[in-house]
Amino acid sequence: MAHGTAAVAKLDSPRSPYVRRKTTRGNYELYSWVFMRASGVVLIVLIFGHLFVNLMVGDGVHAIDFGFVGGKWANPLWQVWDLLMLWLAMIHGTNGVRTIINDYATRDLTRGILKGLLLLAFAVVVVLGTLVIFTFDPCPPDAPAELLASFCTA
Amino acid sequence: MTATLEAAAPTPAAGEIPSFTVTLRIRRFNPEVSEEATWQDFTVEAHGTDRILDALHKIKWDEDGSLTFRRSCAHGVCGSDAMRINGRNRLACKTLLKDVNPEKPITVEPIKGLPVVKDLVVDMEPFFASYREIMPFLITSGNEPSKERYQSPEDRAKFDDTTKCILCAACTSSCPVFWTDGQYFGPAAIVNAHRFIFDSRDEGGSQRLEILNDKEGVWRCRTTFNCTEACPRGIEVTKAIQEVKRAMITRAF
Repeated sequence: MAHGTAAVAKLDSPRSPYVRRKTTRGNYELYSWVFMRASGVVLIVLIFGHLFVNLMVGDGVHAIDFGFVGGKWANPLWQVWDLLMLWLAMIHGTNGVRTIINDYATRDLTRGILKGLLLLAFAVVVVLGTLVIFTFDPCPPDAPAELLASFCTA
Repeated sequence: MTATLEAAAPTPAAGEIPSFTVTLRIRRFNPEVSEEATWQDFTVEAHGTDRILDALHKIKWDEDGSLTFRRSCAHGVCGSDAMRINGRNRLACKTLLKDVNPEKPITVEPIKGLPVVKDLVVDMEPFFASYREIMPFLITSGNEPSKERYQSPEDRAKFDDTTKCILCAACTSSCPVFWTDGQYFGPAAIVNAHRFIFDSRDEGGSQRLEILNDKEGVWRCRTTFNCTEACPRGIEVTKAIQEVKRAMITRAF
């Protein structure tokens, strides 16, 4: 018996048995897969709408200045539009990079560190972006009037 | 050691079939000698009708008996001799030398992603472990019918493609996702699950979908089509995986 176990232990290193980690079943990957497709379609509309309004309508790209952006973010429609674009793009992109990390990082530690950094970057951009969209003041005091949106009276 | 064949070769003129010399560059690995795998070149005389397997046989029988590879039926049915030939997974017994440019050395390696035991022989256990997990057998409930289980030709056609699998592992070992950490179920397991999921006589479909609805299941497929290109039986592997995905989505929503 003792002989047998010793032989097994000796064989262990070059031919260590295959271990599949315990099952990781669940609908998480299914929903993430569906989300990638759905958000992709919505993002096409959002991004091309954004590009069209910013670059094509009226004076096009030459009209973009502080006043233009301030005027857009004073409008609830553009607030929601940009918020949706920010969130969907960030979740879509982060999920995509997460997939790439899963595919290319071979060791669990590398994988964990990369995903941690990814999550951090995601959180910073999303929090900062959301904060800007909602707290943006289109009419800062003491600013020259010609730089501001037309509805600023002060 | 080599070049003993040159003297013997001209005598058996094999009819009209042209013969030529071909170099096989084989990935050698013997853990009892070295932990490192090395390339070794063998030059053999071959006929226009010869396959990679014939050249490997010539090497093993006439030049170097220590060359190790698997083959059983040698006619493309048993799926024993899948190997990486000129960088692509093929069956050595189905690949003609003349089709893989014999003017240059032909590289022959073990299939990737599975632990190499010796030379071209890999440990297939990870591959078969995934295969067993998807329960590749008929699951039914109730009493055995007294006659055959009826199936219409239309129902049979739904999974016809995936019945062709010979479990050679050419697809799974061509999958870049499988190479990463070997945890992905792999195309072959999904193909064999597909064969039962879409079988109208089988009642284990939802169990199998549940098993493959795993972090390492169908959702790791990136549709790179390596498996479809590698399959020596011409199974549309990626399509089968997508059909399993679709079945999961329609089940979930």
